[in-house]
Amino acid sequence: MRLFLTRNKKTLAITMMMLPGAIWLLLLRYLPMGGAVIAFQDYRPHPPNPTLLNNILNSNFVGFDNFRFIFATDRAWIMIRNTLAYNAVFIVLTTVFAIAVAICLSELRSKFFAKLYQTLMFYPFFISWVVAGYFVFAFLDPTFGMLSHVRDWYFDPTGWPTILTSAHLWKSLGFNTVIYLAAITSIDHGMYEAAAIDGASKWRQVWAITIPSIRPMIIILFILAVGRIFNADFGLFWNIPQNMGPLQNVTEVIDTYVYRVMQANIAGAMGMATAAGLFQNVIGFICIMGANALVRKFDNENALF
Amino acid sequence: MTAIPQKKFRGNSISRLAEAAIHLITGSIALLCIIPFIFIVIIAFSSAESLRTVGYTFFPTEWTTASFQAAFDMGGQLWRSFYNSVVVTVVGTFLSVLITIMYSYGLSRTDYPLRKFFAFFVFFTMVFGGGLVPTVFVIRNVLGLSNSLAALIVPALIIPFHVIIMRTFFKTSVPESLIESARLDGAGEFRTLFSIVVPIAKPGIATVALLTAINYWNDWFLALLFIRDRDFFPLQYLLMEMQQNIEFLRRNLAMIGASNINFADLPGEGLRMALCVIIVLPIAFAYPFFQRYIISGLTVGAVKE
Repeated sequence: MRLFLTRNKKTLAITMMMLPGAIWLLLLRYLPMGGAVIAFQDYRPHPPNPTLLNNILNSNFVGFDNFRFIFATDRAWIMIRNTLAYNAVFIVLTTVFAIAVAICLSELRSKFFAKLYQTLMFYPFFISWVVAGYFVFAFLDPTFGMLSHVRDWYFDPTGWPTILTSAHLWKSLGFNTVIYLAAITSIDHGMYEAAAIDGASKWRQVWAITIPSIRPMIIILFILAVGRIFNADFGLFWNIPQNMGPLQNVTEVIDTYVYRVMQANIAGAMGMATAAGLFQNVIGFICIMGANALVRKFDNENALF
Repeated sequence: MTAIPQKKFRGNSISRLAEAAIHLITGSIALLCIIPFIFIVIIAFSSAESLRTVGYTFFPTEWTTASFQAAFDMGGQLWRSFYNSVVVTVVGTFLSVLITIMYSYGLSRTDYPLRKFFAFFVFFTMVFGGGLVPTVFVIRNVLGLSNSLAALIVPALIIPFHVIIMRTFFKTSVPESLIESARLDGAGEFRTLFSIVVPIAKPGIATVALLTAINYWNDWFLALLFIRDRDFFPLQYLLMEMQQNIEFLRRNLAMIGASNINFADLPGEGLRMALCVIIVLPIAFAYPFFQRYIISGLTVGAVKE
């Protein structure tokens, strides 16, 4: 009995510690999941007392009309295409570049330079997209920009896929390099020495030892990235193209669309914006489960969950 | 703790030629990562005359501190925004780290029966959510947060990735026997956490605190969603808004056919670049000192997961 009491007391104390976080999650993450019913409504503010609950209770359910409305437009396909294509390119390029750079840095004899390069590459990770937008602007500004003589960048969509991809790589390369470098560093050096004695070249060692050793890390980051393939980086797509209309064919992604529709604040828009967001989350959830199931099938021990 | 390998087998190093090539490649990438920042600094120190004649360039015809003078002459709004950014960063980081520590500690205790439930409770939000619109509605209408510093702090209090780092740190650096002996000595759960576990996990806490602080300092998205009153603009959003205003002006002037307007006469090209520098400067100076904490934290949190 006494043991039961002390154990209960302990459980209670730890639960008290969890409480602030749990309440936060309940209010700011789980409550909005319920609010997603707006996606199936013709959501209108309910004038006398427009609280969220009142609005939801007094709005008509319209089934999948909001989804049908979104997908009836070309814009839907453009934004889905952009989101998927950019993310696919980002995942592949970031992974390949980060691994290549991490392997290069790990081979440098001068620890000082390896650290210096790593430090410099990690720096953009700590810069906000607003400031990064100014960085890009400094090169492309139509009046003063260094490359303004090439074309009117903010009116001409040519080149924007490259600019956005470069901006993404610029910001995320360092972070991924750090993680892969950490994985490479933890590889047992005896393996390389044994391979060298057996006459394996450096190139062969990379393919036979380094890559297989960091495979778990590659797979984990890959699953996470695929799970977010329908979620675009809003900061990148909002701040770098400066929200310029003429560029929208190549810069509009689901996230910017949702925000734009929400801001437009026209009748029925909230239902549509919510529907687009819900679509994104459901498909994203299916993607991460699918990616994980695939990994589990072929490589059971590296599955995420 | 650093991500750079400590010792290497002498006979298995790469050739001098290959090493030179790696220096060239990784060195160039590293340089590319910080060049935009250097560019912005140079622009901020270029005179208006230089901007008018040669535009943004690495080699201005005339150097001046006038742009910074102009920034400080903005007076009220600049200091107000600076104050907001500092308060949000300090208060937000403190609260966020406190909540994250308590939540992660519970997850790290293998003898805590609700551990699995609360782990699912937080990690599920990484793969599924209600979407932007319902989240904004809940924060604005249900929690009543808008046009206040709380609206910039509360929505970012818990970041699941930080919970992962923190939990892993507790698991790997705090022996269970220590917690057990504290309990036998009669220490309550809260005392055990704050006077025994927290001091041991300081490096992990430093990592999470730094990531959180940077997250708050760099935030503009919450301001975009919840702040209309200029009194509550953080620095990042002030910068973003200035750019939007200029773009708006530029677009409308172009639309009414006023193409012969001299855009160089629009206010504050140099001023905005100077603001950029003022925002990035604290990070740039602190960066060499804090980056190794972040790298070591990410390394422990990511690799040993």
